[in-house]
Amino acid sequence: MIEVKEVNKTFGDNHVLKDFSATFQEGKVNLIIGQSGQGKSVLTKCIVGLMEVDEGQVLYDGRDFSSMTRKQRKEIRKEIGMLFQGSALFDSMTVEENIMFPLDMYTNMTKKEKIDRANFCLERVNLEGRNNLLPAECSGGMQKRIAIARAISMNPKYLFCDEPNSGLDPRTSILIDNLIKEITYEYNITTVVITHDMNSVMEIGDTVVFINQGQSWWSGDKSSILSTENQEVVDFVYASSFMKNLKGALNAKK
Amino acid sequence: MMLRLVFSQPEQFKVYRKRTFDEIETIGLNSIGIVAILSVFMGAVIALQTASNMDSPFLPKYTIGYITRSSTILEFSPTIISLILAGKVGSNVASEIGTMRVTEQIDALDIMGVNSASFLILPKILASVLFFPFLIIFSMGLSLMGGYVAVVSSGLCSHEDYVFGIRAFFVVGNISYALIKTMCFAFLIVSVSSFYGYYTKGGALDVGKSSTQGVVWSSITILLTNFVLTQLILL
Repeated sequence: MIEVKEVNKTFGDNHVLKDFSATFQEGKVNLIIGQSGQGKSVLTKCIVGLMEVDEGQVLYDGRDFSSMTRKQRKEIRKEIGMLFQGSALFDSMTVEENIMFPLDMYTNMTKKEKIDRANFCLERVNLEGRNNLLPAECSGGMQKRIAIARAISMNPKYLFCDEPNSGLDPRTSILIDNLIKEITYEYNITTVVITHDMNSVMEIGDTVVFINQGQSWWSGDKSSILSTENQEVVDFVYASSFMKNLKGALNAKK
Repeated sequence: MMLRLVFSQPEQFKVYRKRTFDEIETIGLNSIGIVAILSVFMGAVIALQTASNMDSPFLPKYTIGYITRSSTILEFSPTIISLILAGKVGSNVASEIGTMRVTEQIDALDIMGVNSASFLILPKILASVLFFPFLIIFSMGLSLMGGYVAVVSSGLCSHEDYVFGIRAFFVVGNISYALIKTMCFAFLIVSVSSFYGYYTKGGALDVGKSSTQGVVWSSITILLTNFVLTQLILL
């Protein structure tokens, strides 16, 4: 479980995160949703330690990550996997080398054990046999799946996904979403997904936090988000004509 | 600050060792071609210009070989070749690290708990400091050969005079001076370029700017350091 307690983050006069608090449950897909520019990415960077919080705490299973030294954080970082918006695969390495990279850095596994683990991870994301391709030779969807394979190579306890299906077609998006969901349940991972895609919310979200003006504006589960009367959430959820039509259809059914 | 991170304890020594050898190939071995071409023509031009400026009949012909050797060893090979390498290697290093920054690859390393500054920059510094001296020795040899071919084939100097000239009044310390300079320049090229690459913010345009700044500032620091080292070591 990850707890974020009253986190504040400012850049000059810009107060990006204001007393933000949320809890992300173990073994569930926890979504952070909100419009662009509301602080989703800054929040994620604060949680994973790419940015320091000005005030507040980030607790990983009770361990106060925000007050730890660089060396102490290293132990928690080994338990974190992250899927970046642009995949962030190391483009000078092959697919296999990318997946083996965390194992090279942190384990004393033999080369055969590492290759076996890489093959297992590739099979898990349905990319068996693609070991020797370079990231540039893979499609966007494949790159995302390779990034997931790399993220799970160390059996992470926490998985962060920053807009995992941005730039992907609807079918591939659903494939990636389902993969994240399956992996979360299979390995009992605390997964945090940042998205503004309502399809993802309905497809994989167990819990949802709506961030607005740097604050935790609303939280609940995916079914309650459709019936909330919180105006900002309603505006966000029903922004597209598809969702408006869906709402109209549901109301007519009632 | 960045250098403190770069020289902190590596996570996995064997990974760093492998990366250092990879960088020796990328930074060092892949520069042999350009160093060879430049050195041959540089030596040839130094020898021809020296010959064309020797108006006095009292100056012995071996002076051509002597001046070619001295200027090559003391200045042209270590400094000019390093400036050229600042362009080739510096832009390569800054753009590679800058691209990794803007495509979040450095963030990925940081999240994994890897010291990204050390992982990316230390092998490049080690590779250049270890390999550039060999490149410069290679350059010295080729430069002297280029001078020989130019002046002997054009009849400006005989084989005996040129060979006597490059062997005359030889000071071994000059080689040490040149190699010390080279190692300092190698360190400067990679660390300055890496700095600009590592702290790139933005997109492709900013990677280009970082690359340019890396080359410009590493060239300026080479020239300043050359001046200081010459004062300290030779005078």
